[in-house]
Amino acid sequence: MSTLLIAEQVLNGLQLGVTLFLMAAGLTLVFGVMGLINLAHGSLYMIGAFCCAFVSVETGSFFLGLLAGMAGAAVAGALLEMVVMQRLYARDHLDQVLATFALILIASEGTRWVFGDVPLFLDVPEAFSGTIELIGGLTYSKYRLLIIFVGLLVALGLYWLIARTRLGMRIRAGESDREMIAALGVNIRLVYTIVFALGAALAGLAGSMVGALSSVQVGMGEPVLILAFVVIVIGGIGSVKGALIGALLVGLVDTLGRVFLPSFFQLFMNNSDATTLGSSLASMAIYVVMAIVLAVRPQGLFPATGTSSA
Amino acid sequence: MKKTVLAATTAVSVAMLSLAAATTASAELKVGMITTLSGGGASLGVDVRDGFQLALKMAGDQQIELLIEDDGRKPENAVKIADKFISSDKVDVLTGIIWSNLAMAVVPKTVRGGTFYISPNAGPSALAGKGCHENYFNAAWQNDNLHEAMGNYANDAGYSKSFILAPNYPAGKDALTGYKRFYKGDAAGEIYTKLGQTDYAAEIAQIKNSDADSVFFFLPGGMGIAFMKQYAQSGVDLPVLGPAFSFDQGILGAVGDAALGVKNSSQWSKDLPNPANKAFVEAFTEEYGRLPSLYASQGFDTANLILSAAAKTEVSDKAAFRDALRAADFESVRGDFSFGPNHHPIQNIYVREVIKEGDVLTNKIVSTGLEDHSDAYAVDCKM
Amino acid sequence: MSRESRVSLVVLVGLPVAAFIAHISGETYIINLLTRMTVLGLAGIGLNFALGYGGMVSFGHAAFFGLGAYVTGIAAFHAFDDSLFATVPFELASTNQMLQIWLIALLLAGLLALLIGFISLRTSGVYFIMITLAFAQMLYYFAISWPTYGGEDGLSIYLRNEFPGVQTDKAFSFFLLCFAILLLVLLLCWRFVNARFGAALQGARMNALRLSSIGIAPFPVKLTAFVISAMIVALAGALFAELNGFVSPTSLSWHMSGELIIFVILGGVGRLVGPLIGAIVFVLLETYLGGLTDRWQFFLGLILLATVLFANGGIMGLIGGRTRHD
Repeated sequence: MSTLLIAEQVLNGLQLGVTLFLMAAGLTLVFGVMGLINLAHGSLYMIGAFCCAFVSVETGSFFLGLLAGMAGAAVAGALLEMVVMQRLYARDHLDQVLATFALILIASEGTRWVFGDVPLFLDVPEAFSGTIELIGGLTYSKYRLLIIFVGLLVALGLYWLIARTRLGMRIRAGESDREMIAALGVNIRLVYTIVFALGAALAGLAGSMVGALSSVQVGMGEPVLILAFVVIVIGGIGSVKGALIGALLVGLVDTLGRVFLPSFFQLFMNNSDATTLGSSLASMAIYVVMAIVLAVRPQGLFPATGTSSA
Repeated sequence: MKKTVLAATTAVSVAMLSLAAATTASAELKVGMITTLSGGGASLGVDVRDGFQLALKMAGDQQIELLIEDDGRKPENAVKIADKFISSDKVDVLTGIIWSNLAMAVVPKTVRGGTFYISPNAGPSALAGKGCHENYFNAAWQNDNLHEAMGNYANDAGYSKSFILAPNYPAGKDALTGYKRFYKGDAAGEIYTKLGQTDYAAEIAQIKNSDADSVFFFLPGGMGIAFMKQYAQSGVDLPVLGPAFSFDQGILGAVGDAALGVKNSSQWSKDLPNPANKAFVEAFTEEYGRLPSLYASQGFDTANLILSAAAKTEVSDKAAFRDALRAADFESVRGDFSFGPNHHPIQNIYVREVIKEGDVLTNKIVSTGLEDHSDAYAVDCKM
Repeated sequence: MSRESRVSLVVLVGLPVAAFIAHISGETYIINLLTRMTVLGLAGIGLNFALGYGGMVSFGHAAFFGLGAYVTGIAAFHAFDDSLFATVPFELASTNQMLQIWLIALLLAGLLALLIGFISLRTSGVYFIMITLAFAQMLYYFAISWPTYGGEDGLSIYLRNEFPGVQTDKAFSFFLLCFAILLLVLLLCWRFVNARFGAALQGARMNALRLSSIGIAPFPVKLTAFVISAMIVALAGALFAELNGFVSPTSLSWHMSGELIIFVILGGVGRLVGPLIGAIVFVLLETYLGGLTDRWQFFLGLILLATVLFANGGIMGLIGGRTRHD
């Protein structure tokens, strides 16, 4: 296998990792600050993608669509937070799991109600279509490079937001001691709504960007949701840094596993058996990684400091 | 205390029984349709249902009573609904299932119990070979058919190094086996992907780095949409081949221009010139305001098959009804159609090309992939 | 008698009475529906043992449910063509006797739960939820891509397996068999919960530190409860496979784990008969909402959401009054 191919597959792994990070960042923030486990995060991803596809087709501009995707998901998120989630913060994880599981049913069937049964059309914008040559003869999809770039930008932005701004200070304070910050006169409810909407907007961004590459259809959020949970659990729940590292780890393990496991088994098995066995193991790989990480470090790689609820 | 218990339970049971009985009205022939009307794969079930109902409407038929229930694409639900249709509603014929795994859950038990099952979509190999049954008819195709036609087409087109991929589940394995059964060249690579996977960057990179001269894939539903879009972005320009499932009317709109020019195999196409098809396409477009899909055509044919048998004989005479079904005495929208010894179709499989009619993507037939094609499992069927 | 006990009694008497009425009016479909409620309720009761009493929120109990189902399916598969059930580590002839199949299912589920529990119980909270999910997902993907036993197509069980003295292929007899097992399990659970072990388990849920300080290590107590819970769920899975005449990987999917949790919460967490009520209500909703509208999942979601938000404590909490103290 050539170096070029390996380099390209590493880029693919990075790109998958970065999209997972966009999903995982919102999940982990919401958990870290509000102590809420939100299974409906994948629905926000789906809502973002549907808004983006709808606006893109109506206006003919992908970038307007992207904005609509983020805005749509953020509005849906804010509404969800005010109507449903606020009642769940004081409950145990069990109630949160069931309530957000119910929200998945509502969101999926509701979306199908509004947009119909067939998948929607959403394509990569003209300017980013096709490939570009990187160093050493390696060609790579422009759009995928854009995703990697946007994802890393978001990671930097989040770091700045949490470490350097007033809102970030309140978020950090909320993570360590919820009652105290409320007692200090900060409108903690507003902070919660903003954090939730922010997480939703990131999910909407991920849904819109990935939707252009894959398909915009009901149920598209569920596989990503499970992966995002794997990511935040590996990284340490509540930690944005952990989410980034976890996302890149999962992206690389999944992509490289899919490519190299079947070839590995071909070394000592016949072709068809090796392909079957390799593919089966590849689809289990990230769960194995997760089990190993948790067996060694029960709080994940980067346990968030100050959270007592995790 | 005991009285309340008894009263409560009697009330509940009476309510349940009356609900069960509410649907029992008299008709000449009762058909139970179990299909997928909610969740991700709903568009296929909706098309089969609409095609079926259109056929009943066009025939002006009063003697068939159609019951429809949604299986939500869960095998356990399909089993439950089949149980209700058979033991409670006493239907004569079951139909409607879209997915092979649901068919495998329902069909063997149903046909052994003496109820007819007519498949409008799934055709798993287990039901075509050793597991065939006299009460089971398939009005669509055996699962391998469309892939076999594509393999044959690859020979004709002069491809000798195909890169082939499918999801890692039984239908995916059948697809690649079917393709290889007719394809004479070498495989430049063979990949099984994860079921439900939506990112194919890694696989496309492997295609790019192989010495393939063509790509054959079977990725139904959203997986196919994702693959085609990403393939178009990747800069690889090898010709793509596939079965109709990823290039059918319901899905083309979402794939977009990336699908233009792709050759795909199907037993039906909107532009087939026979009169039955012309009438069907016109009536369907008028009734539902969209172009019919492959699945709609299969639902339509299934209904007409049942109607043709019901016109000949009473369903109470099972042997006569079975013979009437076997005769397949109806105008199929796909042209010539008859049943082989295992009650699976003998039919032409066409090769279509994705084109644009005005703004709408659709298919046109370019050649015949396999003529009067049966399936590889018929020889194992002892009926 | 407390209101909770009265409600429980109504349900436990009501089920067989309803089945009997359906039996004499020849409605086998209704009997099968009641059997479905019984079996899913049994699974819910199994999960409740870990979740309600032990506070272990497992999002991966589908692994055990599916395992039980697959043992049944695989046994039937081999009994059908008279091949061996297992060759490694020793030769095991296949069987169509439910008791033998259940023994294997219970043993395997117990071993699997020991392994999963040993690793997972080192974690807590969301980590526990997610690691149990991860293990179930591993089994799910394995089952889908493993061709020998049907992969995603699953396995058909053409003839229901046999149980001494019971005509298992008759709907009513099979219902009675399942119901008898349900009663037996309920009795066992009740004994457990009210014994020293149950007190220790509930202690481990409420305050592990205090439990250790009186000389009981919480880990073995929780692990034992996890294993018992898994075995009950596996038994339910085996019965579910017999009822449907079919096994598929969907019984291992995370949706199945979610449904089991729904039974428990809908009925009432930590109530002995609660999950059975949850299963009854869920099956009724699923069956009759589906007949009313194609959009039934939307309304099912609304109902579930309303239950969590406004009826904390589930149906049992609503009609039985609050008894549980945390």
